[in-house]
Parts: sequence; C-alpha cells; structure tokens
Amino acid sequence: MSKMHVKLTVNGKQVEGLAEPRTLLIHFLREDLKITGPHIGCETSHCGACTVDIDGKSVKSCTTFVAQVNGADVTTVEGLTNDDGSLGVLQEMFREHHGLQCGFCTPGMITRAHRLLQENPNPTEEEIRFGMAGNLCRCTGYQNIVKAISASADMLNAQKEAAE
Amino acid sequence: MIPAGFEYHRPGDIASAIGILQEHGDEARVIAGGHSLIPMMKLRMAEMGHLVDLQAIDELKGIEVGAESVTLGAMVTQHELITHEGLASAIPLIRDAALQIADPQVRYMGTVGGNVANGDPGNDMPGLMQCLDATFELKGPDGTRNVAARDFYEAAYFTAREDEEILTRISIPIPGAGVGQAYEKQKRKIGDYATAAAAVLVGNGKASVAMTNLSDTPIWSAEASNALAGGDVDGSVSAMLDAIDPVADNRGPVDFKKHVAAVMLRRAIGRAQTRAG
Repeated sequence: MSKMHVKLTVNGKQVEGLAEPRTLLIHFLREDLKITGPHIGCETSHCGACTVDIDGKSVKSCTTFVAQVNGADVTTVEGLTNDDGSLGVLQEMFREHHGLQCGFCTPGMITRAHRLLQENPNPTEEEIRFGMAGNLCRCTGYQNIVKAISASADMLNAQKEAAE
Repeated sequence: MIPAGFEYHRPGDIASAIGILQEHGDEARVIAGGHSLIPMMKLRMAEMGHLVDLQAIDELKGIEVGAESVTLGAMVTQHELITHEGLASAIPLIRDAALQIADPQVRYMGTVGGNVANGDPGNDMPGLMQCLDATFELKGPDGTRNVAARDFYEAAYFTAREDEEILTRISIPIPGAGVGQAYEKQKRKIGDYATAAAAVLVGNGKASVAMTNLSDTPIWSAEASNALAGGDVDGSVSAMLDAIDPVADNRGPVDFKKHVAAVMLRRAIGRAQTRAG
C-alpha cells in the first residue's frame, strides 16, 4: 500500500509525515512524532488511555486512522501545560489531589477532563463521573480523579473571574 | 493490532462516493465514525481494499426539526443528537437513548447513520427508529429510495441496503403532544451493548413498542403495540415476549434475557405513561 502525505496540527505545531492510511493515530503520534503522552492500553476503544482532543472532541486515538484526521487540530496531554512549560491546572490538580497511582491512565484522564470542563465548566460529581465514563483506571483511584477534576473546575473558574 | 492495508478515499459529495463503490464493488466499504468498523478491521474480521470516508460530504450532515418531522443526516454523531436542544424538545426519546450508547469519546465519533446501517443487533438506534416509525433514505447508482425502518432489517448485519447504496438521511415523524416516550436499557457496565432494551411511545390512544438485542434484528411488535394502545400492559409484555428470540451468550441464558426483557419493557411503559399527556 502506498503511503499518504499527512499534515496535522499537534499541540499548536504544524507537523507533516508519510504514513500508510491504515496507520492508527496513536501509532503515528507515538512512533512517528515521538509524542508518547497518549498511551496504548486496551487497544479496543474501552480504556481511554489513548484519548486525545481532535477539533474540540475527545477521541480514542487507537480507534482512529491517521488518514481520517488528516488536516485536523490535535491536542495531547503534552499540549495542556502552561505556556512556560509548567503544569497546567488539570495536571497540577491531579498531582495535588493524588489523582493517580500508577499513572498509566492519567494522560487520557486529563485530556478527556480538559474537554469535559470546556463543555461544562461547573460539573456536579455525577456529571464528572458520567463525562469520564470512557476512561478506566485499573488502580481504581476514581475518588481522587473526581476530586482533582472538581478542584480544577473551581480553579479555572476563579482564574476566569480574576481575569474579568 | 494493525489492520490490513487499504486505499483511503475522502469524496466531497455523494455521487463521487457512489462512484467509488461502483468502481471497486466488494472491495470497497464506507466508513462513518468507524467505531464499529475499525475494531473489526483491527481484528482482521473486516478487510477491504478501499475505504470510503464520508466525513467531507456536507449533504450527510445536519439536524432539521420541522413542524411534523425531524430529519437527521447520516453523519450526525451521537454527541450532536444529545446536545441539540431543538431535537430534544421535539423527540426527547432520541437523547434518552443516545446517552446510553457507549461512552463520551465514542459518542463524539459514532454516527446515527452508522448505527442504523450496520445491522448489528446490539445497536440501540435500529429498535428506536422502528419504535418511532422512521424512514431511511438510500442513494445508489439507480437513484434514491426510501425504506421504512420496520422493513430494513433482514438478519444480523443484513439489511435492505444494497452494496452500492449509501444510507443518507433518516426522517422521523414527531410523536407530538400527549405522547409519552421512554427508553430503558439493561447493560452490564457503561459502554456495553444491551442485555435488553425497550423503546416505548404511548398516548392519544396509540402506542409503539420495540426492543433491542433480543433477536438477530430489532423487534417491533404490532401485537404488543396494539395491546398497549388499548391499555393492556400485561398483554403487551406477553406479546413482546412471544416476538423476541434471544440466544444464550455472555450476557446470560435465554430465561434470564426474557426476564430482563420483561422488566425493561414494563419500566419503559411505566415511564412513558407518566410522561404522556
């Protein structure tokens, strides 16, 4: 199969490469672009460890061909830091509230939580749990993940208020 | 888990997409959100030489809410179904059901057209569309035709759609004031297919009842619907239990599935009745 020319924006930077159409986005990110934040967990679109943000949608990159997202704007957990490279609010709150144990699910959790808070800046605990249902933590540390997301919402809202 | 290779196509209109299907015959398949097809490709249970991505075809997009009916483009995602306020007020049943499909990430990608066209007995939208008496628009080399959802499903993964046709739009009559609507689904965990699911409309002396994943097609039952229209809940449930034909699998033995089917149907009927005017 011939390779196709792929052009994407990843974490704000234009990237280009050659890839077979069958290449899954997760493999293109990790192996071609060396962006290893998104993880390969179940490979069956259940666990959410591979979640990235594509044009404002949370997507499991193990179940997406790079050909389908040619031309799209992709954000991974690496793109959620502050401009100076320090931890972004969600990243900081996951650290602060021990929202991880082994950490394998964390990049997917944070990337999904980012979109959830964009769409619903004041989620209830139930809305957080429902909105995070596509991400599994096998350490089962869900309590602290929910706390971290809730604290992030508070902090982001406070920042927004201060800026206004 | 790497799928077999294929050539990728992203046509910009329906005529071009049909042209590619005609040119490559059995070797070509369309892809919408891909969340049923890509897992099958990764398992090498589906292989094709040509993959025709429908994402750039504007004609397949959009939700139109009219006075008497709603039209959904085939590429409308479950996420769009959930977040569209006009649709939720016209036919709340659709949001109720879409919220119970898969998980947030899958709902951003999964489309209503893919869900109804795939013919998977586990999918929620086919039974729902039979309950709502929807009509599917198909476009192919010989033009456009319409098929009722209730006539569309032939067996698991076999439908009235021909290989060179594309399911383009779905039109659904709005049940209107006074009609209660409910969707109840039993599943083992979030994201799972139904052990049993029931879609119910009731009110104004009419009723419609359909169930999901209890046969190799969705089951809409005229007997169960007529019984419920006449106020006979027990008769409706027993007619539906006669119509379904579940098989034992990892969701349980046949007797359990029939039990769950009756529980889901009674719950859906009860909830629809309380919502009826």
